[in-house]
Amino acid sequence: MSKPTIHIAVSGLNNIDSPGPGVSVIRGLREATSFDVRIIGLAYENLEPAIYLSDVVDVTYQIPYPQGGINELLERVKEIHQQEKIDVIIPNFDAELYSFMKLEPALKELGIHMFLPGLEQFEERHKMNLDSFGEKYGIKVPHSKALYASHEIFDITDDFDFPLLVKGKWYDAFIAYNKEQAMNYFNKVSAKWGLPVVIQEFVHGTEYNVTGLGDGRGNTIAAVPMRKLYITDKGKAWAGISLDEPNLIKLTNHFLEKTGWRGGFELELMKNQEGEYYLLEINPRIPAWVYLAVGAGQNIPEALVNLALGKEVKPYTEYKVGKIFIRYSWDMVIDREQFEQFSMNGVLNSKQK
Amino acid sequence: MKIHPNIAVNENGLLFNPGTGESFTTNPLGARIIGLLKEGKSEEQVREELLQENEVEAHTLEKDFIDFMQLLKKHSLISNDE
Repeated sequence: MSKPTIHIAVSGLNNIDSPGPGVSVIRGLREATSFDVRIIGLAYENLEPAIYLSDVVDVTYQIPYPQGGINELLERVKEIHQQEKIDVIIPNFDAELYSFMKLEPALKELGIHMFLPGLEQFEERHKMNLDSFGEKYGIKVPHSKALYASHEIFDITDDFDFPLLVKGKWYDAFIAYNKEQAMNYFNKVSAKWGLPVVIQEFVHGTEYNVTGLGDGRGNTIAAVPMRKLYITDKGKAWAGISLDEPNLIKLTNHFLEKTGWRGGFELELMKNQEGEYYLLEINPRIPAWVYLAVGAGQNIPEALVNLALGKEVKPYTEYKVGKIFIRYSWDMVIDREQFEQFSMNGVLNSKQK
Repeated sequence: MKIHPNIAVNENGLLFNPGTGESFTTNPLGARIIGLLKEGKSEEQVREELLQENEVEAHTLEKDFIDFMQLLKKHSLISNDE
């Protein structure tokens, strides 16, 4: 029996040293056994590498930045949909998720499916709300506080000891050992990501990550734990290994059961000296290292697409332990005309070079 | 003290802890100790086997053995409660 070809739009094509998840997601989709794919890349900038990777994307369209508002985004998606008949969109950037969540009903009317957490889930897991999230769901979290003005730094020792973490609303985290450093990082982070800036208790220990997929009804469809083996100066995993750690799976199941999480996610956890896990952050989307999960036997992007299309998906219960991913970068050489075509027309069909 | 059952060790003395993703190398004697622990032998039994297999005085072996076990404990490869 021939497999259906599903038209899937994927963002996060910036496969740089702090990579977007797009390329890894697409690699999973291309290895799907339940369907074939036509991949429609969605890019914000004309130097996102995957635009020019013809074995990764079939065609790429430029889309407006989230700051432009959701109506502008909706209009652009409609234009692309007229050309491409999109079945599913997988947004991969934290900063764009809110817009796509707001657009989910409108896109569904057009026949475009997504599988995203609800707005309430999205908001309550935000690093600004981590304290109340941990309390509500019985999950250990480090104490956090959102600061809206730099002068609040002077009072942070009422609640925190040094060192502490200074975190941006979307990205970036710095360890501060005194008030002066905290102030510097506050200014740096707020200039880049805006307010609030989040102050978080520093938990000493080893970092672990879990990527997975929840079906929105409290069930775990996929879960693969990983420890970073090599970390870039931006704190991103450049290599990592899949683990056999039942406590992490148990914690993930608990998280999904209690929250009824819908969609892909990444849990960032710290294991302290006593062996207790603290949940540092919940990224509400598939992480860039998801191809390790695919390689270990759990094709999260494929399962997510099937869930988005309303199909019944059997939960993954096993994965290979000790699988290692190692990132690499390499230079591709493209013709200037390709760059110009994408820059001028906002679209590049990678099969017509 | 018992070695965690899922610790993998190969004939070259390469240890892999699948719970933490950490890998270690040890010399043939270390690999032998881990092999014996994985067979379920007690520390006392391991020491006796090593005394029979190697030309070493008991107090020298005792010191090195304790050091090695401390190292295994430090890296969470063995624990008291299992």
